[in-house]
Amino acid sequence: MAQIETKDLNFYYGQAQALRNINIAMEKNSVTAFIGPSGCGKSTLLRLFNRMNDLIDGSRIEGSVMIDGADIYARNVNVEDLRKKVGMVFQKPNPFPKSIFENVAYGLRVNGISSRSEIEGIVEASLQSAALWSEVKDKLNKSALQLSGGQQQRLCIARALAVAPSILLMDEPASALDPISTSKIEELIFELKKQYTIVIVTHSMQQAARVSDRTAFFYMGVMVEFDDTTTIFTNPKEERTLNYVTGRFG
Amino acid sequence: MADTKRIKQSIYFWIFRAMSMMVVFILVAILYFIVSRGIGVINWDFLTKSPEEGMVKGGIFPAIVGTLVLIAGSLIFAFPVGVFSAIYLNEYMKKGKVKSFLQLMTNNLAGVPSVVFGLFGMALFVNKLKFGDSIIAGSLTLGLLVLPVIIRTTEEALKAVDDNYRLASYAMGASKLYTIKKVILPIALPDIITGLILSIGRVSGETAPILFTVAAYFLPKLPHSIFDQVMALPYHLYVLATSGTNIEKARPVAFGTALVLVMIVLFTNIIANVVRAYYNKKYKK
Ligand SMILES: Nc1ncnc2c1ncn2[C@@H]1O[C@H](COP(=O)(O)OP(=O)(O)O)[C@@H](O)[C@H]1O
Ligand SMILES: [Mg+2]
Repeated sequence: MAQIETKDLNFYYGQAQALRNINIAMEKNSVTAFIGPSGCGKSTLLRLFNRMNDLIDGSRIEGSVMIDGADIYARNVNVEDLRKKVGMVFQKPNPFPKSIFENVAYGLRVNGISSRSEIEGIVEASLQSAALWSEVKDKLNKSALQLSGGQQQRLCIARALAVAPSILLMDEPASALDPISTSKIEELIFELKKQYTIVIVTHSMQQAARVSDRTAFFYMGVMVEFDDTTTIFTNPKEERTLNYVTGRFG
Repeated sequence: MADTKRIKQSIYFWIFRAMSMMVVFILVAILYFIVSRGIGVINWDFLTKSPEEGMVKGGIFPAIVGTLVLIAGSLIFAFPVGVFSAIYLNEYMKKGKVKSFLQLMTNNLAGVPSVVFGLFGMALFVNKLKFGDSIIAGSLTLGLLVLPVIIRTTEEALKAVDDNYRLASYAMGASKLYTIKKVILPIALPDIITGLILSIGRVSGETAPILFTVAAYFLPKLPHSIFDQVMALPYHLYVLATSGTNIEKARPVAFGTALVLVMIVLFTNIIANVVRAYYNKKYKK
């Protein structure tokens, strides 16, 4: 059974339809890349998986999104619990103006965990998982804003991991970073997929090719093609996909 | 051609610079005017004794206490009310007519002359609620006066908090209330304190709102409860300058009083700025 699955999904910002009839299924512990020209609806779809779209006035959804077999838009769903299970990393690194430690501990405190030793253990483990521990272990009480952009983004990943999500959504997580930081994030994604299901939006086709198992190509709110990443990049079925991945438009 | 352009640039540069320098000059001039005339009467007795002999001798202790009490009293009321309503306005209300209307009303309230607040405070707190001329009536009146200042500065402070922090917090499964308490308010705090600073200056200097609600002409005792009257520095200054038994002889005392008033405002500003700088620095670098 797929871990994330949408059925006949339509989404509107007011009158404007941003997603048209999306049917996609993503397996557990896989990395799925969303690619497509800017404005085609990649971020919109990603935000539907942790219901961040709830915050946008006048938006409307039709169809269903199932996570682990349950409709996350059903009436009895607790959105806060959903977001603990489905973590998110944003395009622009956005650590809180708090210490490195407190950033990672944030989600634990949200969950009401107050045992100091428990929090310390999870903070360390999360920073380890985000490949940041060795760089920050001596300055956990320093401001997170002192870190470089790439470190900040890995801190945001650690922050998301601390609450033990099973899915990680990443919206162009490396687009604001230099090449070295970018490759660190990509290596990290490779490690993380052993434990997490990852959906990553990227504007870089090389990145999609490097990190993902499956790739979905979107165009103007429609999912044009969804297949194994190698197939999408070497032998797509759709002409529009071929044009896009060969750089003929977009 | 390029030359005239450059000259024009530099003329405007100097106009801008001169205007900003003028502000500094005015402040320095006022301070000099007050300090040079008021410093002579300031000594320990002046700060700790009650007025004597038709208020031309003795000190101004009851008026200092009165002003401090009114600052505290009005802010205890206005600060929470102002901050809470700003939180509601900025964090909970959707953009639209109702919100615009509330903001418009807040701005209008800020524009109401302070003497009108005085009359309103007298009608409501002194007469209708039967508090009489009292600390509570004066504090509430002054509180109403600074409420829009606090609401507006707090609202601006909250608006300045990057939305990415809100999104990050919500994405962690935090509720709105938790996000406000743990993320947004700490970030906005330094700017909220700025609003508090402005309010302190405003509250401590106003005469009209306290005239009909709390201020005593001459009251050498200290207050015992919030239903007592108090003397207050701005009103005391007004009395000394206009209606004493011997206005000429009271002049030095008047300037001494003005100096103390200015000092209180400056001092509270400095404290608030230190607190502000502390929070600003805490995690930014
Ligand atoms: N908050 C919003 N309100 C209204 N329209 C939006 C909003 N966010 C995105 N859109 C629109 O929805 C479409 C898809 O946007 P988005 O999902 O951000 O695209 P992508 O991430 O692929 O660049 C675009 O036309 C965009 O202008
Ligand atoms: Mg996007």
